[in-house]
Amino acid sequence: MNCIVIDDENMARVIIRTLCNEIKSLKLVQEFSGAIQAIKYLNENKVDLIFLDIHMPNFSGLDFIKTLKNPPKIIFTTSDPKFAIEAFEYDFIVDYLLKPIELPRFKKAIEKAEKLLLNKNIVKDEEETSSKNDFYVNIDRRLIKIDLPSIYLIQANGDYITIKTEDKDYVVHSTLKKIEEKLPNSLFLKVHRSYIINVKKIIDIEDNSVLIKRDVIPVSRSNRPELMKRLDLL
Amino acid sequence: MEKPNLEYIEKLARGDESVRDTLINVIKEEFPGEKLAYQNSLEKKIFKEIEEHVHRIKHKFSILGLETSYSIANEFEHNLREHNLDENQKEDFDKILSLITQYLKTI
Repeated sequence: MNCIVIDDENMARVIIRTLCNEIKSLKLVQEFSGAIQAIKYLNENKVDLIFLDIHMPNFSGLDFIKTLKNPPKIIFTTSDPKFAIEAFEYDFIVDYLLKPIELPRFKKAIEKAEKLLLNKNIVKDEEETSSKNDFYVNIDRRLIKIDLPSIYLIQANGDYITIKTEDKDYVVHSTLKKIEEKLPNSLFLKVHRSYIINVKKIIDIEDNSVLIKRDVIPVSRSNRPELMKRLDLL
Repeated sequence: MEKPNLEYIEKLARGDESVRDTLINVIKEEFPGEKLAYQNSLEKKIFKEIEEHVHRIKHKFSILGLETSYSIANEFEHNLREHNLDENQKEDFDKILSLITQYLKTI
């Protein structure tokens, strides 16, 4: 997660920087002593999370959030608990940390932000999946439509790929890398350098392979953790 | 009167001497200037300015483990917002500033 901190107090920024250094998944990319400079930065750069002080001279944190068109997730860092109710009126506010911020409480806020960002990405993927249900492939100068959910396996064979669907197999002059970019992450996963599978079509998994339809597909060691993450295990 | 301590800074540093030193140095560098700015704003009697300086300084109270002092600063700040300079609160606040000034010479 890329993050920035906006706080007029240098000490507060140093503390946030120290806390961020304790979280591997967090990268503090910029620090601002005022909201105006931060607005300029956000017009040109995308961040996942902002640590925002409320009480700042001239332009408060609450004024700042009203200027944001596509606000990222925000964690308020303040010494004043009285703004908490107002702050939580905004759905992009993740947490409200009271200064001095301690590491365990900071970690908890980050976990909340990560969960919310993950949910946002899942919803985005689902929206992509539902809005984009098919694509076209060029076979013998004909453009053939293939329904994405009907694909259960894509296999690389040299300069070609074989797209296996419920009804038919298609051999297309392309690469796994190219087709992977067109597939929704929520449905498809590359499990091996030569195979992309539709995770919804898995029948079973055994050691280092998955059974899809009648095909037994190898799963490389590096891709196995991601595959396990995708499964809804009891 | 409660005494300043480095408990919060030690917790944050988690044994890392360089982090500990950085945090202490920031306080030592910033505090005298903030205290002076507060005193200057008092002379000018500009409530908004005094309030902002008190707000800034009170964060250092909490970093130095001064919980009661922090509450005093909070009330002082609140009254300043209402354009009310309470002399007793000011006196207490100034005492805390002196206490911190002395303490910072020892660390």
